[in-house]
Amino acid sequence: MTLNVADARPAGPAGAPPLLELRGISAAYEQVEVLHKVDLAVPTGKVMAVLGPNGAGKTTMLKVITGLHEPTGGDIFLAGRCVTGAAPVDLARIGLCSIPEGRGVFPNLTVSENLWMATYRGVSRKEIEEKVFPIFPRLKERRTQAAGTMSGGEQQMLAVARAIATNPAIILLDELSMGLAPLVVDQLYDVVGKIAETGVTVLLVEQFARTALAVADLAAVMSGGRILQVGTPDEIAGDLHSAYLGG
Amino acid sequence: MHEFIILTISGLVTGGIYAITAGGLTLTYTTTGIFNFAHGVTGALAAFTYWQLHFDWGWPVWLSIIVVLGILAPAFGVFLHFAIMRRLEGTSETTRLMVTVAVLLSLLATVMWVWDPQTPRNVVNFFPGESVDMAGTRVSYHDLITLAVALIVAIGLWVLLRSTRAGVAMRATVDDRNLAVLNGSRPEVPGMLAWATGTMLAAVAGILIAPKLSFAALPLTLLIVNAYAAAVIGRLKSLPWTFVGAMIIGLVTEYGKGYLTETRFPTAGPYLSGLTDSMPVLVLFLAIMLLPTSRLRGHASSRTREIAHRPTWTGSLVFAALVIAGAVVAANTLGAADLFASTKMWGFAIIALSVIPLVGYAGKMSLAQLGFAGIGAICVSHLGSGGNPLGLLWAALICAGIGVLVALPALRLSGIYLALATAAFAVMLDRWIFQLPAFTWGDTRIDLFNSGTLNFERFDWPGIDISSDRAYFIFGAVFFALSSLVVVWIRRGEFGRRLLAMKDSPAACATIGMNHKLTTLTVFGLSAAMAGVGGGILGGALGTLSPVNFDFTAGLSVLMLMVIAGLTSPGAALFAGIFLGTPLITNLFPDYAQLTTILIGLNGIALGKNPNGFIAAKIRPEWEPALQRPFILAGSAAAQLVLVVLRFTDVIGNWAFVIGILLAVIGIPAAVKGELMLKAPRTEQELPPGLSEQPEGLGLNGHRFKPADIEGLDKLIAMPSLPTVAMAETPSPTLPGARHGA
Repeated sequence: MTLNVADARPAGPAGAPPLLELRGISAAYEQVEVLHKVDLAVPTGKVMAVLGPNGAGKTTMLKVITGLHEPTGGDIFLAGRCVTGAAPVDLARIGLCSIPEGRGVFPNLTVSENLWMATYRGVSRKEIEEKVFPIFPRLKERRTQAAGTMSGGEQQMLAVARAIATNPAIILLDELSMGLAPLVVDQLYDVVGKIAETGVTVLLVEQFARTALAVADLAAVMSGGRILQVGTPDEIAGDLHSAYLGG
Repeated sequence: MHEFIILTISGLVTGGIYAITAGGLTLTYTTTGIFNFAHGVTGALAAFTYWQLHFDWGWPVWLSIIVVLGILAPAFGVFLHFAIMRRLEGTSETTRLMVTVAVLLSLLATVMWVWDPQTPRNVVNFFPGESVDMAGTRVSYHDLITLAVALIVAIGLWVLLRSTRAGVAMRATVDDRNLAVLNGSRPEVPGMLAWATGTMLAAVAGILIAPKLSFAALPLTLLIVNAYAAAVIGRLKSLPWTFVGAMIIGLVTEYGKGYLTETRFPTAGPYLSGLTDSMPVLVLFLAIMLLPTSRLRGHASSRTREIAHRPTWTGSLVFAALVIAGAVVAANTLGAADLFASTKMWGFAIIALSVIPLVGYAGKMSLAQLGFAGIGAICVSHLGSGGNPLGLLWAALICAGIGVLVALPALRLSGIYLALATAAFAVMLDRWIFQLPAFTWGDTRIDLFNSGTLNFERFDWPGIDISSDRAYFIFGAVFFALSSLVVVWIRRGEFGRRLLAMKDSPAACATIGMNHKLTTLTVFGLSAAMAGVGGGILGGALGTLSPVNFDFTAGLSVLMLMVIAGLTSPGAALFAGIFLGTPLITNLFPDYAQLTTILIGLNGIALGKNPNGFIAAKIRPEWEPALQRPFILAGSAAAQLVLVVLRFTDVIGNWAFVIGILLAVIGIPAAVKGELMLKAPRTEQELPPGLSEQPEGLGLNGHRFKPADIEGLDKLIAMPSLPTVAMAETPSPTLPGARHGA
């Protein structure tokens, strides 16, 4: 694997290829196709929110992007290069960072050991802790505690911390707000906003539109395994009812 | 005092060997989620290889050690990982455990095949004759080395898992494999490292303990049972506690051997000799019972690839009828010796059937079913003397009671801990209870195994004489067929649904108010009763039984055959009965008895690919369509009837008869396939436009949905086309390793 998409992190000039692009991506579980020729482009340095109801195919789309689920058709481009079929571990090592649905932590590992796992992406343990602990001081207090024994908000905090610790080119966030108190969700999205300000590209998938649209530069609506609409957060906000409820 | 010091040193050395074994066991469980029953036999294999290199071929000790511990053992661990263990992702704990049992059985058979057990061999200590004086006691260099190695292993493993990135990655991979991958960790590396290290530790323990045991494969293999307790004291994850546990077990065992002797306790001594052998399993049982439930959590088995098929009455009745019909034909065609040797198959089949409700439906892993069969055999022998069939009733009632008693403390256990608790019970029966000499309870003299052998008479049913082998064979088949219908009745009824619900989601069962404790106790009792009856039927078949018929490893074979064929299929019990209770395989391969066990093991190893067993994965899909085509079934039945007539009239011999029957049976699914091919649409013109299959056939029978099908279906139901997002045209340079790369 020779590609290093982290080089593409600063916002590119107008007209430059998007950092992440899906062209005609289809995916299936067993015999049932759940993504039908999805096209999506995430510009470099922008935050794109993909909204949609349960079963829209959002999580499957992220699994396909991260390489955990093989598409049945179409191609994925990262910094202009085709990465369809690349192994998830290779994608992670070249700067594609993902926080999966639920709590993206290793429950039996301590906070410190969870952060240690991020060193596979080429950053030292010391650098990671120096970067993360000032942003999340609570994690420093609990560095020897098993992640599974922390609250849901703290676990999600740890997952975000591990993601941002290694200067990724793009972060994929799946349902960051799931099962968390609104106050905690706001705190986490504040951090996402700050990450985005440093030029990191973010693709976030959410059911709760208002929270996601507040930090997004672009938004897409997904339903029934298809992208129905792409636009600015204002444009999307107006048509959300029809996306979620039909009509 | 001098004796105490000697026993203490001896206990610490034994504990050191247990610590090395349990350390390897804990390492592989912590880092891969697989509890390796084959850990002991791996050590045995290493010890025999060391013997071959050093004692037989005369290689120097250092070279033999380097080759075995530095090259062969790690390489074997890597082989285990790549060939077997990594394929177990997404299988249940039962399957994972059974695959390691399969490895155990096939490796044990391989060792006994390569190194003939009849040939005496000996392994001597390192630095023979060399010793140092400690507190007035001579301690050999070998023992000192053992203690030092145990300490180094304990510290080394702790450092590996806590203070190295590779160790943390190993633990992370077990926690969440996908998440580890998303963080850039290659999951193969931690697994490979864990198996290589674990296997090397098994080899170290095997070589160190070899001079202390009789140098044979089985004792070395069963060393693992003693190490279970240490691993459980460490809750299968804490290496320091595992080390402490191993030392406690080593000391308790040696003190037991030293103090609980016949000289000190002339009356109780004979009863205690078996107890000292069972000390480690007693500690295991106590550890499991006393540890807080919150600490007894194994690796969660999330969504698995395993399903429990709901049998139909039609299919089950056909199966029962075929079993009886087949038994009648076999009883009238087999030679006298083969028929006698085959009568025991129904006992094994019924014992195997008892596994279905408990393990297959309820998901409660029990390794003690053959132990219950032993108890049942004792009941039938003592309480059904003269062939009184009431002995079977007593066997069922007493076994059910003991089953419930065993289940009571095990109520809070699940997964691997329940398996180990039942294993401890089985080993205790095997090593101690079944070996007890006669004793007196009040005025009653009790001699469980008649000091060696139980005697049986064939059952004396009113109006039916089943004293001949032929009649007993058919009686066994009828009993098995009826028992299989009882199992089907359980599965189809409310109790069966409760069992499956309990297996799928105990939490959901609690929320709907289901009494899972009562359900668990009931299924344990029921299953033990069935196994007990199986033991009685087995006794009636053979006439005599001894404790060796019910030993722990034989019980593992029963369970493993069930898992291979499918834990929820009565047909699997028949398969187990045929395999264990007939001379079929030895007749087919008379010179390769061990090869048969190896083949069973290899089949078990393939479970990772087919966790539902071969009946559900291979046979049922082929046969179910046949049940809807009575004319094909009738044709096959007619052919078989003709063959039976030809055989009974001696027109054809046994081999021609068996081959003919096999062809008639195998021909059924082939005929169904032929009929389906004839009826299938022959040209594309018959299909709706754009579709690659008829709409009702899409997604079925291997016809995968294609993008063109979706579009075709959209057109067919007049669905409007959906908007698409305009994409920027960008060049697409290829990426090495990618699907669309070079």
